[in-house]
Amino acid sequence: MGVLGWITLLPLFGAGLVMLVPREEESIHRGLGLATSIATFLVSLLLLVNFDSAQPGFQMEINKTWIEPLGIHFHLGVDGISLWLVLLTTFLVPVTLLSPQAIGIRNIRVREFTVAMLVLETGMIGAFLALDMFVFYVFWELMLIPMYFIIGIWGGDRRLYAAIKFVIYTLVGSLLMLVAILYLYVQFKAATGSFSFDYAELSHLTLPYVPQLLCFGAFALAFAIKVPIFPLHTWLPDAHVEAPTGGSVILAGVLLKFGTYGFLRFALPMFPLAAAACAPLIVLLSVVGIIYGALMAYVQDDAKKLVAYSSVSHLGFVVLGIMSMTAPGVQGALYQMLAHGISTGGLFLGVGLLYDRRHTRRLADFGGLWAKTPIFAACFLVIVLASVGLPGLCGFIGEFMVLIGTFTADKVWREVGMHNFFPAPKLVGGIAASAVILAAMYLLTMYQKTFFGPLDKPENRDPHVRDLHGREKWVFGIVIAAALFMGLFPQTFLSRSDKSVEAFLTGYRDRLHDAQKDPEAPTHVFPALAAKTAPAPTPAGGTP
Amino acid sequence: MENLIFNLRLIPLMPFLGAAVLMLFGRKWKRDTVLVVAAGAILLSCFVSIDAFFAQLPAEGGLVDTLWTWIAAGDLKVDLAFRMDALSGLLCLIITFIGFLIHVYASGYMEHDPDYARFFAYLNLFCGSMLVLVLGDSLPVMFVGWEGVGLCSYLLIGFWYKENANADAGKKAFITNRIGDFGFLLGMFLIYQYTGTLKFTEVAAAAGAGSPLLTLSWLGAPVAFWACLFLFIGATGKSAQIPLYVWLPDAMAGPTPVSALIHAATMVTAGVYMVARMHAVYLLSPGALAIVAGVGALTALFAAIIGFAQNDFKKVLAYSTVSQLGFMFVGVGTANFGAGVFHLYTHAFFKAGLFLCAGSIMHAMSGSGDITIMGGLRKKTPITHAVFLVCWLAICGVPIFSGFFSKDAIVAGAFATDVYGPGLEWVGKAVGVALLLAALGTAFYMSRLYFLVFSGSETRASEEIQHHIHESPGAMTGPLVVLAIGAGLGGLIGIPGGLFGHPEWNLLAHRLESVLGPELDVPKATEGAFMAVSTVIALAGIGLAYVFYGGGYREPAKKFAAAAPKFVQLVRDKFRVDELYAFLFIRPIRFISKAIYRVIDRAIIDGTVNAVGMVTGAVGSIVRRFQSGDGQGYMAWFAIGAAALVFFATRPGLIKNDLRVTTTGLSVEVDARHGGRASQQPVEYEFDFDSDGKPEITGTSSLAHHTYARPGSYKLTITAHNLTWGTTNVEHERIEVQ
Amino acid sequence: MPTHYYLVLSFVLFLIGTGGVLMRRNALIVLMGIELQLNGGNLAMLAFSRALGDEKGHVFAFLIIALAAAEAAVGLAILVGLFRGRQTVNLDEATLMKR
Repeated sequence: MGVLGWITLLPLFGAGLVMLVPREEESIHRGLGLATSIATFLVSLLLLVNFDSAQPGFQMEINKTWIEPLGIHFHLGVDGISLWLVLLTTFLVPVTLLSPQAIGIRNIRVREFTVAMLVLETGMIGAFLALDMFVFYVFWELMLIPMYFIIGIWGGDRRLYAAIKFVIYTLVGSLLMLVAILYLYVQFKAATGSFSFDYAELSHLTLPYVPQLLCFGAFALAFAIKVPIFPLHTWLPDAHVEAPTGGSVILAGVLLKFGTYGFLRFALPMFPLAAAACAPLIVLLSVVGIIYGALMAYVQDDAKKLVAYSSVSHLGFVVLGIMSMTAPGVQGALYQMLAHGISTGGLFLGVGLLYDRRHTRRLADFGGLWAKTPIFAACFLVIVLASVGLPGLCGFIGEFMVLIGTFTADKVWREVGMHNFFPAPKLVGGIAASAVILAAMYLLTMYQKTFFGPLDKPENRDPHVRDLHGREKWVFGIVIAAALFMGLFPQTFLSRSDKSVEAFLTGYRDRLHDAQKDPEAPTHVFPALAAKTAPAPTPAGGTP
Repeated sequence: MENLIFNLRLIPLMPFLGAAVLMLFGRKWKRDTVLVVAAGAILLSCFVSIDAFFAQLPAEGGLVDTLWTWIAAGDLKVDLAFRMDALSGLLCLIITFIGFLIHVYASGYMEHDPDYARFFAYLNLFCGSMLVLVLGDSLPVMFVGWEGVGLCSYLLIGFWYKENANADAGKKAFITNRIGDFGFLLGMFLIYQYTGTLKFTEVAAAAGAGSPLLTLSWLGAPVAFWACLFLFIGATGKSAQIPLYVWLPDAMAGPTPVSALIHAATMVTAGVYMVARMHAVYLLSPGALAIVAGVGALTALFAAIIGFAQNDFKKVLAYSTVSQLGFMFVGVGTANFGAGVFHLYTHAFFKAGLFLCAGSIMHAMSGSGDITIMGGLRKKTPITHAVFLVCWLAICGVPIFSGFFSKDAIVAGAFATDVYGPGLEWVGKAVGVALLLAALGTAFYMSRLYFLVFSGSETRASEEIQHHIHESPGAMTGPLVVLAIGAGLGGLIGIPGGLFGHPEWNLLAHRLESVLGPELDVPKATEGAFMAVSTVIALAGIGLAYVFYGGGYREPAKKFAAAAPKFVQLVRDKFRVDELYAFLFIRPIRFISKAIYRVIDRAIIDGTVNAVGMVTGAVGSIVRRFQSGDGQGYMAWFAIGAAALVFFATRPGLIKNDLRVTTTGLSVEVDARHGGRASQQPVEYEFDFDSDGKPEITGTSSLAHHTYARPGSYKLTITAHNLTWGTTNVEHERIEVQ
Repeated sequence: MPTHYYLVLSFVLFLIGTGGVLMRRNALIVLMGIELQLNGGNLAMLAFSRALGDEKGHVFAFLIIALAAAEAAVGLAILVGLFRGRQTVNLDEATLMKR
């Protein structure tokens, strides 16, 4: 079993161990869970050591036959795109388990919670690494179940509603994706005579336009729900509000990334023609989502809901960056995924701490807390600023690169025919950029309502409202250190994903060109509309 | 680099380190330790700046210190690099020197504040960010500082966070600045798209070579125009110009040293610095320059008018700052970049001095900044008065004092400039006239401030406050005196030597030419004429103010206020621009967002989702009745189901549904036997070949032959009987025989 | 003896068992009914085995006997649990599944 196998299965072993410990020994459960996740993190650092950043393809692959007659292989591999996402996962889980607030204020069933988190970790890591569509789907669904329990058991008052909504939303997408996977499987059999779920082999399958569109639709829907792209986002605020802190952190920090990761890994490379045809729609929705999420966040009174809507806005940037199809854009999108994991994870940890102290999340109930909890206030401020996108902290880099990628997307967008819809990528970039204003508006408003102003509410003066102590200091210290490091040394990350992103872009473009050589291939979802709007003469030469 | 004792990177690093140390440990330290760390950090970086500044003087293109590659992807490459040349060097000196003075001053001013360490941590953080802003070698690195100073401004305005008003002011500053930053970002992206680089030197090279890309037409204007315009939006945010100036007056909610350092001397001049830094691109677009100059002139005049009627010491100074920044923008907007930077430099001294005086006075007045209750402070606070006097004369533009030279350079340049080209020549003259009016206004409201605060014989405040009036401690007056010297004599480095036939007397312009290109050529006659005009205007403003306010509120002032009360009130309310913005932007955004949230998000989108759920639930609630929870009931259903299944599954396929019918001529052969099913009981078949009710053939054989009498179309009916399974009937479609 | 005699007997056994399962309210009797059903099945297995001369039927019969024993053990354990919890073995009173 290679490094990848260890990383994937270690949390599962840990979960088994935790289950063996009697129910009463809560501190052992916590310790064991934390130790497992830290061990996983340490092992995952081996990835970094062994990773060859000059190589664009998959590395450290393991490929074992699993179900021979069906052509299913336990095939894992890592490239520059999944490398950092795996590390984000193995980083966030121990941070979450370290936080005393992870379970929320209904501090029950520690053992089961720890087990759920560890199983979840296995699911997430496996799904990031899987190179066999069947294995991917198994891990994809494996994530769903622990998260369902985490929301449904340890959540707030409306936890059942939220948990069911989360599961059903996700299932709608993923079942359609399963259908598409099976369709590919059957098509592959028809084309080659052998069964295979292998990602590389299935992605070499060239489908005619209409099936491609349908398959892309199925994949894209599954991923779009996960991202979530407007208007498929309404599960997110509910899930976040009801989930315990640990659930929210992992949900926002890692789970949402599967949507965008799925676009990068599967939906775009496998169905280039359909992706190009749907690109205008996706770009439109992502820009709408950026502004919409920000506006919605601005009017929330519930801190968690506010952060949840801010995720909609931030993830919009990721989708936009991917669809910009430029190197800075895609790299920026990848970076924004990581940065969002850190900053929003931190925000949820902060809100969880507030809830722990005050048993409320309504902004109107806070005020003047700086005087009571200065260290926490300072830590939270740094995290808020990271989320606002202050240069020097993690949030800025991704946004900056995505926007610069979008601005310089002229050439690529002409190739994929998006110019018929968006004559100027600058316009799209400009609209998206206005989110920097809105982000400051909603996050600073939240911060001010919480920490500034007079300490006039008696509940806030309660001695129970303590500043950070013990492990909490570590949790926030780690998050802030990560945010700072990511803001100052992004090249550490970008240089390792550089080649893979380049390969993704050239691969996509080459396949698109091949497909477009076919005179039958329409390049638009709505060919009639495209015919009406003649290709606009391009204003500039783009980047030299 | 070898001339340097220290690396360039130390300049911003020192304050950053100071800030970090103070944030982590400062809370438990003694005040003196905090001060030593904070001021020491600035002092060190001041020394390094001086060293680097003099090291770079001979260096062509300045010194560069590259730390590491910050962002790289595809064609995009941004280094974290610092560059010191004459321009950034001058700014570094201003920031570190005045920054140090203000640190010392603040040690006295903030003496009794419980959050002493936090204050100095922020102050250090600010200095570090500001140094990054000016030293940054590329637009993104500048943007790091640009946002960093915005953050510090936010933190320091809201320093006394327990007052909601202060926190509001901080937030307003940050958000308004963010609107500007939005423009800055767009400008930066445009420049990147059309030049492929973000480095100042490379952008300047591309622009200087008349880069075909930057002069391409986009949306009816050259790209350079749009890039400059967007960058200028950033500048209006940071440097408080129309329309984004509204945050600066509110920013006075912060402690006074902050107002002096951030909101007068350094941060707010960042926009001017940026335009000067990007001068090569601006020169490509006279239209953008005209907008810069126009906005600057308008702001200078507008803010000066608002300054007439303000009664808060710091508010007057705030509007004065807005107005003076307008002057600087006219300087850079008329392609007179050196003059704009010169005014930036002199303004840093006299305005910092004025603000620190304000702090000193408010200190003396038990914290009140209301000038209507002051008066006669000349004798009670002699040192502060002396400093204020010098700074006041400097800002009014009285000859020899620093403001005189820099303001005159701008005004004369505005009349002399020819940068706008055909059709737009009038712009220079127009902004020049506006500036002269603004200068008159400046002299008037500053003199009003001076007379109301210091002149006269008695103080209008209550006994209690009067009792406490005292001169400030040495930690505060010391920096004041140093600033006063700067404000008084600082202008001498930029005297228009050309007027006397000695251009080399102008030390500053000479140095800046290496960065900003050749100085604007102002004819001697113009220069001389406007020196005279400026002097007259300054004296006229002071005289007019004396008539109104000399020694306190005089009759003309009262009469004027009584004559147009509504107008005075309007000016006092700052033309109600804040209210207008709230009405136009803030409230609509909130309202629309709320509406979208309730209607689209909750009702339509989530409503649809929930409706789908409810339909499913409704179906379920009907179906659930079958689920009684009674195990035996379930089993009964199961048994019935199983029996039915058995019955249907093993039902005799006595007759094939798809009969095999073969016709040959008139004869027909039918095989009715279902394949495979065995039954103990024999099956009786009845074949009725013409469906007349009388079977032609009966028997246990499923195979039957029949020969029709005539050709035609017949219907076949087969019936099968079995003891166990009963009777089955099949009718077959028409059989054609011929 | 012809095979269908055995089959009829097995069917009757099965029916009696089914009747017991479906109609009796005492859980103990229900369990007994289940045993009868299984034995009915067993008998049919053996009858066919004999008629066809195939040993597989015997094997299955043994399997079912073992299964019946296991089932009885588990069923009785559940029953004891039920009795402890509710002081009754009447199935009408054990309707937890209803909600």
